[in-house]
Amino acid sequence: MKPSRTRNISILFQLGGLVLAFGFVSLILLLIDADPIQAFSLLWEGAVGNTTRIASVFVVWVPIVLVTCGVLVTFTAGLWNIGIEGQITIGAIFTTGVIRMFLDTPVNPVLVIILSMLAGMLGGALWAVLAGVLKVFSGVNEIFGGLGLNFIATALNIGLIFGAWSRPGVASMSGTEPFPEVYWLPTFQNFRFSWYSILLSVIGLVVIYFLLQGTHFGLRLKAVGKSIKSAFRLGITTWQHMLLAFLVCGVFAGLAGALQVVAVYHRLIPSISSGYGFMGLMIGMLINYQAIWVAPIALFFAALNIGGIQLPIVMKLDSALTGVLQGSLVLFVLLMQGVKQRVLGKQ
Amino acid sequence: MKIGFNQINKHFGEVHANVDINFNIQSGMIYGILGENGAGKSTLMKILSGFIQPDSGEIVLDGRVVEIESPADAIKFGIGMLHQDPLDFPPMQVIDNFIAGQEGGLLLKHKGIIREFKALQEQFGFTLDPEAYVDTLTVGERQQLEILRLLWLGARVLILDEPTTGISVQQKEKLFAALRVLAQQEKTVVFVSHKLEDVEVLCDKVAVLRNGCLVGEVESPFDTDQLVELMFGKLIILKDPESVSGDEIVFELQNLYIEQYPITIENVNFRLHAGEVIGLAGMEGSGQDVLLRACAGLQRPVSGRVIVNGEDLTGKNYHEFIRKGVGFLPASRLEEGLVPGLTLAEHFTVTSDEKQKLFIDKTYFRSLSEQMIDEYRIIGRPDTPVESLSGGNQQRAALSLLKDSLSIILLEHPTRGLDMESSIYMWDKLRERCKRGTSIFFISADLDEVLRYSDRILVFFSGRVSKPQDSAAIDLDQLGLMIGGKGWEQEIANEETYEAISNA
Repeated sequence: MKPSRTRNISILFQLGGLVLAFGFVSLILLLIDADPIQAFSLLWEGAVGNTTRIASVFVVWVPIVLVTCGVLVTFTAGLWNIGIEGQITIGAIFTTGVIRMFLDTPVNPVLVIILSMLAGMLGGALWAVLAGVLKVFSGVNEIFGGLGLNFIATALNIGLIFGAWSRPGVASMSGTEPFPEVYWLPTFQNFRFSWYSILLSVIGLVVIYFLLQGTHFGLRLKAVGKSIKSAFRLGITTWQHMLLAFLVCGVFAGLAGALQVVAVYHRLIPSISSGYGFMGLMIGMLINYQAIWVAPIALFFAALNIGGIQLPIVMKLDSALTGVLQGSLVLFVLLMQGVKQRVLGKQ
Repeated sequence: MKIGFNQINKHFGEVHANVDINFNIQSGMIYGILGENGAGKSTLMKILSGFIQPDSGEIVLDGRVVEIESPADAIKFGIGMLHQDPLDFPPMQVIDNFIAGQEGGLLLKHKGIIREFKALQEQFGFTLDPEAYVDTLTVGERQQLEILRLLWLGARVLILDEPTTGISVQQKEKLFAALRVLAQQEKTVVFVSHKLEDVEVLCDKVAVLRNGCLVGEVESPFDTDQLVELMFGKLIILKDPESVSGDEIVFELQNLYIEQYPITIENVNFRLHAGEVIGLAGMEGSGQDVLLRACAGLQRPVSGRVIVNGEDLTGKNYHEFIRKGVGFLPASRLEEGLVPGLTLAEHFTVTSDEKQKLFIDKTYFRSLSEQMIDEYRIIGRPDTPVESLSGGNQQRAALSLLKDSLSIILLEHPTRGLDMESSIYMWDKLRERCKRGTSIFFISADLDEVLRYSDRILVFFSGRVSKPQDSAAIDLDQLGLMIGGKGWEQEIANEETYEAISNA
């Protein structure tokens, strides 16, 4: 069979997964007496209806891209970095901490922002390496270690918001006291997104693409991920590479958390990670760990997230419906991959 | 049951694995399928047993064209396949494994089935304990269990894929006796092998495959030269290699004491010369693998010292051993030798000295792998994933990954599962390295191989290690006896005196 034909068939099956996912969500909507057509057009309208909405999509796109880049590294090394949510949160906490330290000092705000973002990356990396250390030296599966660390990170975040860093007078779920505007990443005109964030995520994408495709380090990670025993026999220092994979992923997650603080919320809020970590894992699976697909698929997921905001307002539907759509998309695409293998294998 | 292959064709990508295969197998006979690695034997048998479907052609059973779509289908037609690696459930009892493939009611009738099991195994002189756990059985016994299970499921055709790999001589004889009984019971036995000596003593008729084609059918009694010529397209003559052992000592074990349950190896003292080849002989699990791994830094000795090129590496890790010139080639190639999912070029990249650089020079590694593929005659391309290479080619690839500069190569079963030509090639390559001063330690279950290629032999028997035996001064029978535990009295007596002294 010609390779081009195989690729066409692959794409056909992927599209089939997409259709099934939308069909499945439509079915759910019909069951609760809602009009699927109206819901989907609302999603579309909500995402691209006006320039503000499109800008919001890019605000969400940035952390999703960064986080997905990170999980590609751990996936390559054969690791499930479920702890990525916690890593985002710790990154945001470190960033907030550094800005708070310099709040009433004469230090140049630009320098403070840079420092705080570096601190965010450090925080994410530390939290990730912690999950790695638990796995490598104590035999705790990274999934369980990561879950535990997620809980700790969330508790720490809430603790700070309501305790040490609470607003003067009244602690509230809306987060810590917002920073003065000089500590914000400059945004584009009156829109919510910042070119700096976009630039950072594009750089991240390029780095990850070349890291995984073209470097010795990336290839060694791949070898560790495919067969840790053989990789060790071939002379690769396996646990060191696993820790490095966690480290790189943590840096990306930490950066995502830092940008949430300096570019989006300008304070620490309880749901600072916004589930982007899990979304990154889903996208990683959906694109079969190919860095080249990160940007468009992340854009699609971001658009769903923003479009979903309209659902409760207009149709009294919970915006969690977009989560259902995203999740079923991953499931059906993976399912179709299995079906494809069975069908092609039989020929 | 009479089996007919009618114009069978099968492609895997560009490889034409079976080309217009046409022949018949009568019932009540032991029919051999002979051919070197990659000749297409396994493909043909996988088609017969329903694992894969042919691209064209048909299978005819007792005059009826059938479509076999899965192994479960095959067993319904009465075809059972015994795989090279036993497909059983090691943590379960023998009897539960025996029942496992059975369709039927909710409740198991253990007692009745145990009675049937015993009656069945009596026919073949097997003595398996139905209550024993499978992981305590030897490979040979697991084979016996699998044969019984397939027969009980109603197999009238039994396909055996390389069944004599990894079992002892006694078990092989037992297996052959059982197969003869089956043939007498008018069952059909299909025996797939690349081992001429097995095929010659056992089979009534053989079909020889080469490059996917059926090149001939021969009836017993066989002429060895004719079979070899059919298999390889030419005659192959074995030469005993010359020793190239030098005087320089490159590797030394001093008073080595290793514990790896249930084996304890005590007091090993050994000096290895440059260019020397040492064979480690013994029944599987007698301690030779433990010692080899200790030499590679993969098994930490309790006491004693491992000295490489004059440097004490005791307690250092495996990567330190690699850096100091020790190479290790494990028996399970795809589990701990090569990385499934990576291509040949990626393997050469990962193992190269260039790995300190950041970016991969893909052109350089492509040409490097083309050069290695050429030099080691690997059938594959730089972008071929290693798992799709045949066993012999995987072994060549694994060997080609070992650096030329190594001073010692440690090998587990270097030619297991390889045909004669690949084995000879493997050893040619290894001897070339010996001439350049590399020494070799190797484990093999094939005593002929041990005798032919070793300069000296260490014999293992349940953790005991013999004095180094000069391979020129020992013959196959003596070696066989020592492996079986005979002729050790002298060494045991020495040890008892030693113990008496230390106790006193």
